[in-house]
This record gives sequence, structure tokens and C-alpha cells, in this order.
Amino acid sequence: MSATAEGIETPEGEAAPAGPAIRAERSTLGILLRSPAFLIGAGIVLFWAFCAAFAPAFVPYDPLADDLLNTLAPPSAEHWFGTDQIGRDVFSRVLVGARDILTIAPLATLLGTALGTAVGLVMGYFGGWVDAIIGRLIEVLLSLPLIIVALMVLVALGPATPTVIIVVGLVFTPLVARTVRAAVLSERHLDYVPAAAVRGEGALHVMFVEILPNIWPPIIVEATVRLGYAIFTIASLSFLGFGVQPPSPDWGLAIAENYGVLVGGFWWTVVPATVATASLVVGVNLVAEGLQRALAE
Amino acid sequence: MGPAFGRFLLRRLGLSLLTLWLVSVVVFLGAQVLPGDPGRAILGPLADQRAVAALNKELGADRPPVEVYVSWVGDMLKGDMGQSYAYRAPVAPFVGDALVKSLKLVGVIFLIVVPLGVGAGVIAALNAGRPLDRIISVASLSLTVIPEFVSAIALILVFAVILRWLPLSATWPEGAGPLTQLQYLILPALPLVIVLFGYIARMARAGTAEALASDYTRTAVLKGLPWRTVMTRHVLRNALVPTITVIAAQTGYALGGLVVVETLFRYQGIGNLVLSAAKAKDFAMLQAGILTIGAFFIVATLIADCITVMLNPRLRAEMGG
Amino acid sequence: MTRTDTASPALELDDLSVAYHVRGRDLPVLSNVTLTIRRGEAYGLVGESGSGKSTVALALQRVLPANGRISGGHARVAGKDVATLGSAALRQMRARDVAMVFQDPGKALNPSLTVGRQMAEVFEILGAAGKERYRRGEEMLGRVRISDPARVMASFPHQLSGGMQQRVVIAMALAKDPALLILDEPTTGLDATIEAEVLDLVDTLRQEFGAAILFISHNLAAVASLCSRVGVLYAGRLVEEGPARALFADPRHPYTAGLLRCLPRAGFKGGPALDNIPGFPPPPGSITRGCVFAPRCGLAEERCRAEEPPLYAIGSGRGSRCHFHDRVDDLPRMSEPPQVNSPERGPNVEPVLKLEHLSKTYKLPGDRRVQALRDVSLSLAPGETLGLVGESGSGKSTLANLVLGLAEHDAGGRISLDGTAIAPSVHARPREAVKSVQIVFQNPDSALNRAHTVKHLIGRAVERLAGVGGAERDGRVKRLLEAVRLTPRQLPAKPRQLSGGMKQRVAVARAFAADPRVIVCDEPTSALDVSVQSAILNLLTELQAERQVSYILISHDLGVVRHLSDRIAVMYLGRLMEIGPARSVLQGPHHPYTEALLSAAPTVTGERGTRIKLEGQIPSPVNPPTGCVFNTRCPRKFAKICETEEPGFAPDAEGHAIRCHLPREKLGRGRTGPGAPAAAETAASG
Repeated sequence: MSATAEGIETPEGEAAPAGPAIRAERSTLGILLRSPAFLIGAGIVLFWAFCAAFAPAFVPYDPLADDLLNTLAPPSAEHWFGTDQIGRDVFSRVLVGARDILTIAPLATLLGTALGTAVGLVMGYFGGWVDAIIGRLIEVLLSLPLIIVALMVLVALGPATPTVIIVVGLVFTPLVARTVRAAVLSERHLDYVPAAAVRGEGALHVMFVEILPNIWPPIIVEATVRLGYAIFTIASLSFLGFGVQPPSPDWGLAIAENYGVLVGGFWWTVVPATVATASLVVGVNLVAEGLQRALAE
Repeated sequence: MGPAFGRFLLRRLGLSLLTLWLVSVVVFLGAQVLPGDPGRAILGPLADQRAVAALNKELGADRPPVEVYVSWVGDMLKGDMGQSYAYRAPVAPFVGDALVKSLKLVGVIFLIVVPLGVGAGVIAALNAGRPLDRIISVASLSLTVIPEFVSAIALILVFAVILRWLPLSATWPEGAGPLTQLQYLILPALPLVIVLFGYIARMARAGTAEALASDYTRTAVLKGLPWRTVMTRHVLRNALVPTITVIAAQTGYALGGLVVVETLFRYQGIGNLVLSAAKAKDFAMLQAGILTIGAFFIVATLIADCITVMLNPRLRAEMGG
Repeated sequence: MTRTDTASPALELDDLSVAYHVRGRDLPVLSNVTLTIRRGEAYGLVGESGSGKSTVALALQRVLPANGRISGGHARVAGKDVATLGSAALRQMRARDVAMVFQDPGKALNPSLTVGRQMAEVFEILGAAGKERYRRGEEMLGRVRISDPARVMASFPHQLSGGMQQRVVIAMALAKDPALLILDEPTTGLDATIEAEVLDLVDTLRQEFGAAILFISHNLAAVASLCSRVGVLYAGRLVEEGPARALFADPRHPYTAGLLRCLPRAGFKGGPALDNIPGFPPPPGSITRGCVFAPRCGLAEERCRAEEPPLYAIGSGRGSRCHFHDRVDDLPRMSEPPQVNSPERGPNVEPVLKLEHLSKTYKLPGDRRVQALRDVSLSLAPGETLGLVGESGSGKSTLANLVLGLAEHDAGGRISLDGTAIAPSVHARPREAVKSVQIVFQNPDSALNRAHTVKHLIGRAVERLAGVGGAERDGRVKRLLEAVRLTPRQLPAKPRQLSGGMKQRVAVARAFAADPRVIVCDEPTSALDVSVQSAILNLLTELQAERQVSYILISHDLGVVRHLSDRIAVMYLGRLMEIGPARSVLQGPHHPYTEALLSAAPTVTGERGTRIKLEGQIPSPVNPPTGCVFNTRCPRKFAKICETEEPGFAPDAEGHAIRCHLPREKLGRGRTGPGAPAAAETAASG
């Protein structure tokens, strides 16, 4: 940790008791690229993103084409993962099945993160009764399980893709807001806030130009974690029949359609979608954890 | 404890009631106002307008929403949860039965996951930075995000289909004893155990690591206390308090996960009830079920807050003030 | 007791080296430190941050962080080599031979156990029976002069004040009757009066218990007041050692000499100028040849860069790691003395800032009110520095916030700038008024937004306050950087890439963005090391002389206040207790509270006047005492009138006002206050 440029030096801190005495400064990217967990996670996510974008062009069968003469066929050279109850090719369906979830989940996450950041900034910055009232509303929303709130609204409005995006985004807003609020509160007492006030800066400037750039790390981590849960929630909604609608090859939907025949031993109709879902959420989560560790250093 | 705790309890109770009231408004809006025309929603677009109007009258949906809300809350306070459209019968007994069943399942879940999660978290913190810590961290983190229906499929495949160790259905035979019931509940409990394990382990790890690094722990070590005393008296006592709050918050999560698990295992709990009501557009049943879940969660957090305050003298003083 | 070996010294460090393992490399944090503390002796270890002084304490108790290890030499506590002890013997040593008091007592106590339980634990380890533990715990609290030990025993840590918590920690430490008591910055963060009490207490207890003391501090004066011998640590090496008084009066290492020249202690504004030590301490392991101080030393020659000096024994128990220890008196000044201005006062000069009847009341839940500031009136001449002193809670910061418009004063008050009244809130003030009143905060890490570059930090202030943009703004930013002795090279840097002193320079530059008239300096140097502090103080002095700006200087360090102030105001419980020319206030006659504050400040010469002890706690501002607010703690309270009637506040011909019923001739006068001329100062100012 020598001088980064002449005249700019980084002082060494006094040995902090019970912690590493000398902190090394490393670039976030460098840490990420050296974390095996992050690399595995990123690899999985990129694989599915690639499938979502290009799989329809190279899969061996049309994922929607049924073949009633060849239903529930076990895996073979022709159908690598077998066929389902109406004879559709499971392999093609799994690869293309990434498409809906990887469109809806990121959009819902983006919506929830943007709204949540705005709400959290307002709560943390203004404090007082603004914080108290919004905080109470958030607590109310969070005292109902997310999936149930989503279910309730989707029953009322009917399951359509834009509705699912909006509902999941809105349901995530209070969670993101809570994280952002906590981050703002730990910034709020720093002197750069009154320092901005003594040059006459307004609330919007302080919130978005002064505070926001300092709380990016927790927001990025929160957004990545939320993406994992968005996939989780949307897959569960599809499984319950309130998310992605047939005939999409979506994984949650595929599992819902086929798990009834699991007991009959037709495991190949369900297992590929199961593994796909699990790998995607775990991949996203490994990325989230890698980011969190890297940004904490 | 004394009067300060009494004051805290009163205030906290007041807040819980306020939350419950707001939840009832949200549920009412979601189940009664949002659908717009419940009669049309139930009967479908092709139904005769007169039939829709008649059904709306039967459901009370032709009255102004405020009036409907007031009479709904009034009935609820009297213990009347309304009439189910699908079953043509009062809602309350269904909800009661389902709640008892779900509580049994939740009980099994927490019985398994709390010792497991807390233990793993504390062990990880004690081995901070070592491979064991990394393994526990990555495992808990990865398990936490696996949707219940995904892990349930895997569990069913292994334990019910291949090994045939555990029954596939969660519904035990009539008149089964508690042990048999437990046997039937283990498989449905596991998917949620897997999800909740990560949260609890992570919180327990963070709390323990923080307490281990604290000045007061160092003071205790420098007093020359044996390691065991330092751990029990100084570290764990302070480390596990935040975990209690997490566990309470997770009951809420568990209740949401029940929708999936109970459906998969065809278990007649509150989650299954809510989902079938949703599918049948049985709005009275739906809102009664959801409100029950909200109330249950509010009670759980209330209890957790009380325990936290009782264990933390500083909060005890602040909360009372 | 198992302490058989009473003949061996309390602590012996023999060529001790400690290294931290960072990214595959061993970085030395302590190199070949040798020192001995005799039984019952008080030894002070001084050094700036990063010198390794806390590492000494951790190493000798074997509580180094996981990546640290003793890489050479030995540490013996009461004759036992700590590196070789087994775990049972180590616990024995911790339980009986050595005790430690940390900087933050609030964190050192377990928040969820009562004080009694934690006190009793010490005796539990020593093998006392159940009830006996509590009895002895309570007795111990009595011995650290806690007046109500039973109540404190039943309390939880958070229910006690900072000073009281520190007493409890000291009681816990002394309860085992250790051979060595380590105090690591035990008074940092406490008010001067409380600090003085704690230091007094430690001194008394040292004599009662006969424990040796290792007092680790950056505060030279505090060390001088408590310790008989001192070691100076620089970059992990003990560079000088000797009897405290002799060492501070006649330093034999250029680093020690430099540090002493950085301390503001002699004279008033316009008196001897402070010097500073150029450059920065080297990162651990970066200097492998020669003397570690050579790159910053005014005496360094070729030999210093080639050959590491040993610890030369230079007689009368002194040692110096300097080849030229006999030439330290020839150490040249390392910086230009700054220009000093004088304020423009007079009947025809309009004060730049005038406060009339300012009060601030905060509402509390339950219809209670706190008057954080009551009826303060004062004025500030162009180019004048007003020092504001008082303990925490006295209203200094509230006053600053009202002037800045960060808080709004109660109706009935008035703030005028150059004769024109301005709005209470900064958001309602015209730009002209906003740019005229600026602030330098205590901690630049907090005051500079770490997300922004130096260019943005200063540029934004220029843009907002001067109302210019583009090339005009960039030009001004460059000129400001030059004014605070930074270079355009630092423009793209973010705060974390700068040293503490550089950051504070950026903060100063920002305050000067658009020709300010008044700058509030809120503890501008107390987050900085001594050698950096003096450079910032000189910078402030020079900028004032150049621009005839006025300062409101808030500081708990009376040396700093004395060095910079034209006038001084003393505050207590939101009231102005005394105001007047710096010389009159410090030399007296002055208010009994001022007298107590002055007597509490330790001096580096180690002279200790009779300390005036203030009884009791600072009263709650919710229920301030009737009459004179100071009457509950006043050592000079003489009649009923003190409790019933608030004293008047009429200034004399010099403008010196004292809020006390006593007539002036009966009020105290400054004795050898901080920085009164003494042999050391004369030497240091040369």
C-alpha cells in the first residue's frame, strides 16, 4: 500500500485491536475474480442468460410441439431428457424455459429496487413523522407473506406478465426501502450532510448527489439478492398457476404440469426443470454473496 | 422488569393492534375492492348480467365498500368470518381446522430448524475464516434461495419414491397418534427447513462473530476467565438476541411457504385453504385466511419483541421511556 | 497469592518485535523495543497513530489479532515470558498479574450484565465464595471513589455516565491487585474535567495499590502529568526514553523535539509560532536502511540514511536513537512562521457578526423542553478569533449551528451579518449571507463526501457559493488548493487517498470557497495527530491574516484556544458564563468555572497546580438549577443568593464580563495555567 501517486499517500492505521491491523486496499473486481464462488455463480447465470437469448435458435425440437404418439418417453438419443405428458421434448423445453423467468424477474427487481431506493432515501433523509408513517405501512405490508400478497393481487387482477412484474416489484419495494433507509441513516449523521446544507443545497441534491453515491454498495447487493428472490417468487407463482401461463415452457409451470406423474416414476419430466431452477437461484445468490464480500472490503 | 416493561408492553400492543387494523384494510382492498366486480369475476365473462347482479347482491358487493368493510370487521369481531361462496357454509370452521393443521406443521419446522440453524451459525463464527465457516456460509446461502417446490420434488423423489422411507402424502390416517403424525409431517417440513436454515444460521453467525470481536469479550478474556465461561456468559448471551427477531420474522415467511408445501403434499392447512379459495375466487374464504395469517405473524413478532426487550437491559430502559 | 517473584520488574520488553502478516508479507509494526517498568512505576508510552503503541499492549497480553505475532525478542510480565506460557498459565497471568483499561469504557463492559455481576466475576476467578465476591466488588467500587457503590453494582453499564463507566473498568482492573496496569488512551473522548478526575484517581490508586502503570497515549500533557518515565515510539521503534520532566524539557531526539514544537502552549495569539514535522510516518517495512526518521529530519546526514542508530545511552537514565543526539538543540525550524493579523475593533468598525439574545429550545416527548442555549449575545470583529470553551452539553455546538443556520433560533433573537439581520435558517438566507458563514468540521473523514473527488468537493462549493462555473470555477479551485498548500495533482483524488492532514486542508479550502466573513472551526484539529495539527493551525492563522476572516473556534484543547484566540467565551449549560479578551479570561480574575476548567488541563511540563475539583455531575438541561446555573458544582458558592438569583453580566472597560455574584477582587487568578512560560517553552520556541 505505497503511494498511489506522488503526493497522495494512504496512511496506515493504528493497529485496530481484534481485527487485521493493516488493511489492504484491493480493487473490487480483483477480489471478485479471485473468488471461486462468485465465478461459479456468474458462470451459471451467464449460461442461462445465453439460453434465454439464443436457445430457440439451436434446440433440437420446437418446445411447444406435442407428439401424442410419443408421450412420457424416457431419455434416449433422440430425446436427451425424454418427453412429457403430451410428447414435448423436455431438453428443448428446459433450455427455452429460461426465457420468461429471466425477463420477468430482472424487470421486477429493477422496479422494486428503483422504487425502494427512492422510498428509503426519503424515509432516512427526512426521518420524523414521514419515516414513522411510511415505516408503519411497510411493516403492515411485510406482516403478510410476500407470496400471499402477490397471490391476492393476481387473483383480483388476473395473471398477466406485466401484472406479475408490477406486483412482484411492488412487493419488493418495502424490503429494498428498509435496507436503503438503514444505509441512509448511517450516512445521515456524517458531517458532509450539514456541510452541504451550509452551502445552501436542497433536499433533493443532498439525497441523490451526496448520499446516494455512498450507498451504492448495499443497493447493488440488495438488488442482486432481490433478483434471486424474484426468481424464487415468480417460479413459485408459476407453479401455483398465477405466474407464467401455458403453453410457455417455463420451469415452474412445467413442474406444476408434471409433478403428478412423478409417483409413476416419470422423473425426467420434472427433474430437469427442478435442477434448472435450483441452479439459477443458487447462481444468482453466489454472485450476490461475492459482491457483498468484495464491496465490504 | 417493572413499570417500564409494562409501559413498553402496552405501547407495543397498541402498535400491533394498529398494524392488524391496517392489515385488515389491505386485505379488504385486495380481496374485495381490487377485483371490481366479484360476481363477474366468479361467473366469468359469458354469464348473464342478471345472475351476476344477483350474486353480487348475495355477496354484498352491491353496497358501498366502506359499508361492506364496516360490517365485515363487525362480523369478524363477533367471530363470524362470513359465508364461503364455494362451500355455501360459514368460513370460520374451515379456517380454524386449517390453522391448527398449519400450526402443527410450523411447529415441526421450527423444532428442526432452530437448533440446526443456531448451532451451524455459532460453529461457523467460532471457525471464522476457516474452510468450515466457508462451507457453512455457502451452503446456508445456497439452500436459502431454493424454492420449496424444487426441494420438495427432490425430497419426494428420494425419500418417498426411491427409498420409500416416508409417506408421500402429509395427511395421516384418521386417529393417528402424535408420533405417526410427526412421521407424516417431516417430509413437508423439510423444504421450509432448508429455506429457513440459511437465514437463522447467518444471523446467528453474524451475532456471534460481532460478540466475539467486541471489547467486552476481550475484557472477559483478559480477566482470565475460562473459555467456556467467556462463551456462555459474555458471547452467546449477547450474540443470540438478534436471532430471536429473525426467527419471529421467519414465521411470517414460513406461512407464505406453506401455500406451496401444503399444495404439493395435499395437506389441508391454511396455505392450501388460501390457494383453493383464490382459485375458486371464494373471496370471503380468501380474506379470512389471509387475515388469519397476518394476525398470526403479528402475534409472533410481538412475542419476539417482548423476549428481546426482556433479554436486553438497554432496550428495556429505552422502550419504557 | 502465587506472586512469588516480586523482585523482577513489572514489565520487561527485551528486543521485542511484532509483525503482521498481510498478503503474504510480514510487515514489522514493532521493531526491537526494549524497555523496563519497575514495580510501582508509572511509564508513559507516547506516539502518533500508527506508531505501534497499542500493539505493545496487545502483544504483552498475547491478544494480538489473528494475523499478528511476536517475531522476535521477549515480553516478560512480572518475570514470566508471555510467549512461552501454556494456556492455563496464560489465564493465570491475565487473572492476576496484568490488567488493562481500554479507551472506550462503554464498549469494554458487557451491556447485558449488571456491573455487580461483572465486578464479582473478577473475584470468582480469584476463588472467592459467592457472597464474598459481591461484597469485595462493592468495596472495590468504593475504593475508586464511587460514592454510591451499591447502586452502581445494581446498574447496567448503559445507565452510567462515561466517567463513571471508566471508574468501574478501573475498579475491575485493580481488583486483582495486578503487578501491571495498562491504560490505553483511557481519557480520550472524556471532557477535560472528567479526564483530570480520572488521571488524578489513577495517580492516587497507583500509590495505594503499588501497581506499575503503562500509560499509552497520544496526549503528551496527560502523560507528563501522570508518568515519571516516558518512552517515545515512532514507526515501531522506541526512539527516545527518559525521565518525563527531563525528556519534555530537553528532548534528545529530533522527533521528540519536533513534536514539542508542534504543541501550542506558549503565549497568546501572536506569540511564538508553531513548527511542524514535514512528511508522513513511513508505512511499516518501507525503510530497511538507516534511521526511520531520517526522511523527515532536519538534522539528517548521509550517515543517518546508511546506518540505523542504536539506542545511545546518554546519561541520567536517558536514551536516544539518534546519531546526533547531542545536536538536537540545533534542529532548524521546519516551516515558515505564519503571518498573524490583528482584529479591527473600534467605535467606527461595524462588527462582522452580531448575535443578540439568541436562545434555542428543543421539545422533548411528553411536553418537556430543553433550553440548549439561553440568551446569548456577543459580537465578532472582522479578523477576530473568538474561542468557545465549555464541557460537552454546554451549548457550544448549538451556538455554532444557529450561526450557520443549521438550526433555527427561538423567536426574539437576532443574528446580523455586517449590520444586516439574516434569517434563522440557512435555506431562507440569500446567497451572500450563506457564503459568508462557513464551517470547518472536526473530522474530515465525516465532513468530506467520500464519493466525490477533491475537484468536485471544492468545485461544488465554489459553484454554489460564488455562483461561477466552467473555467472560472476551475481556476478558483486551483487557487484555493494552492492557498491550503495542496497541488493540482490532488484534484482527481478521493478523500480516502489523502492523509488526515491533507483531508483537513481540503475541508479548509472548501470553507474558503467564496470569500467567507466568518468561519466556525469546530474542533478543527482534535481528530489529527500533533504533528499534523500544528500545520493546520498555522494554515488557519495565515489564511486569517491574508483575508481578515473571523473565526469562531470551538475546542476542548485550551492550548489551541489560547494560541489562536483574540477573545474567549466560556459556556456552561447553554449560558455564557464569561467572555472577554483571551489574556484577561485566562489570567483572571475569572469565573470559578473557568478557573476549574483551566486547572483541569494538564501541561506537558508536568507541573500540577492544585486541581479545583468540581463536585457532582453536570445538571440536566431539562431542569437547570435555579439562580446561578453553576451553583450546584461551584467550589466558590458563598451565599443563598447563588441559588436564587442569576448573576448579572456587565462587561468592564476591556469588555470582560463574568457571570458571578462574587466581586472581581475575590475571583481567582490564573496561576501557571496551560502554556505559562517555563523552561521547556523557551527552548522549544527557539
